[in-house]
Amino acid sequence: MSADIWLTERGLPLAAPALSPDRILLIACGALAHEVLALRRQRGFDHLDLTCLPAKLHNTPERIPDAVRAAAERHRAGYKEIKLLYADCGTGGRLTALCDELGIEMLPGAHCYAVFDGVETFAARGEVTSFFLTDFLVRQFDAFVWRPLGLDRHPELRDAYFGNYRKLVHLAQVEDAATSELAARHAARLGLAFERRTTGYGDLGAALEGWARAGS
Amino acid sequence: MSEEETGEEIILSELDDAELVEQMFDDLYDGMREEIEEGVRILLDRGWAPYKVLTEALVGGMKIVGEDFRDGILFVPEVLLAANAMKGGMAILKPLLAETGAPTIGKMVIGTVKGDIHDIGKNLVSMMMEGAGFEVVDLGINNAVEAYLEAMEAEKPDILGMSALLTTTMPYMKVVIDTMVAQGLRDDYIVLVGGAPLNEEFGRAIGADAYCRDAAVAVETAKALIARRHNSAAAG
Repeated sequence: MSADIWLTERGLPLAAPALSPDRILLIACGALAHEVLALRRQRGFDHLDLTCLPAKLHNTPERIPDAVRAAAERHRAGYKEIKLLYADCGTGGRLTALCDELGIEMLPGAHCYAVFDGVETFAARGEVTSFFLTDFLVRQFDAFVWRPLGLDRHPELRDAYFGNYRKLVHLAQVEDAATSELAARHAARLGLAFERRTTGYGDLGAALEGWARAGS
Repeated sequence: MSEEETGEEIILSELDDAELVEQMFDDLYDGMREEIEEGVRILLDRGWAPYKVLTEALVGGMKIVGEDFRDGILFVPEVLLAANAMKGGMAILKPLLAETGAPTIGKMVIGTVKGDIHDIGKNLVSMMMEGAGFEVVDLGINNAVEAYLEAMEAEKPDILGMSALLTTTMPYMKVVIDTMVAQGLRDDYIVLVGGAPLNEEFGRAIGADAYCRDAAVAVETAKALIARRHNSAAAG
């Protein structure tokens, strides 16, 4: 099983329990795992531990709060501080309410697209008719878009889903020609114009930076 | 037993009325548009009133689809295919329903709110409401408060329906309702809201009459609230 499929289906288990009470636990969506690990490596945030929930929860947001609660309760004893790397992600404010209840900080914004693009920038763009994919979602397009929408079996439904969209925007976290080419092919499959936008890690980097510095 | 299981081709015109309606339920469930269109024509040729075809064959079949969707047996793609099949039947019946003066329960103006282009749920609600005997004025997607107000002024509906799929757009429903309150219009309409990130609590908090979790619930809620309105008007 490839790393991406593993992150989609199962998430990422915690590598080892915390040895020091000063460590911080990050509970993240599996779709952010690569980026969180890259930031941790690049910036030397060695006191941040990471566990991920299956990224496929993206397609059933009503299940996210319960999964987050279970993960937080499972690890609470080992960590003084837990941070949640989810934005609202379609939970209609339920994730924010849960974090308030548990005393956990979470990412700002509506979803990871806004986090990568920058929450304020994303809101200012006001792109109503754009369909967004991050690097991870480009690679896992069939698992998150094509198959769950039944387009593998019923391609004739494409316009019922995407008829109101105008373009597919690839929010690219890293420079990778193969991922971009794949994203362009997805746009063509959906009958949409294509735009690639390099975002880097956007507000994800800022959030991790803030939490890591406060906890170090 | 389905055609696939028996290996025999089913000739719709050879079925009696009850068998044909039963077969149409299956065909609707399987999203077979051409078969539904054929079934509708056969029933009309046999002298069925368009309203009877609509309610007994199409709405009856979609009710099963709706229940199985709610129970997690069917998913969105299958519901869309069933809806597409029903649309085929509706296209034949609609002009006939107008000619024959089929009963209308009420009128609804519906649209997705500003900033939201996701209309699958809204389209399903529109179709099911029409099937249940409501006149539906569909404003389409991305509606600002002005568009809702203009449509309510022009169409004088009983019900305003608003739909949103995004957490970022659902608060706009409150903007519309607050504007209705400010203009003294709120009590003139039943306001129904729906969409994946919503729930009953949100519906209450923004001042809607009801949150409807799916198209079937929207129809039942609309019927109940219209009946209650008529009853209180009669009592008053």
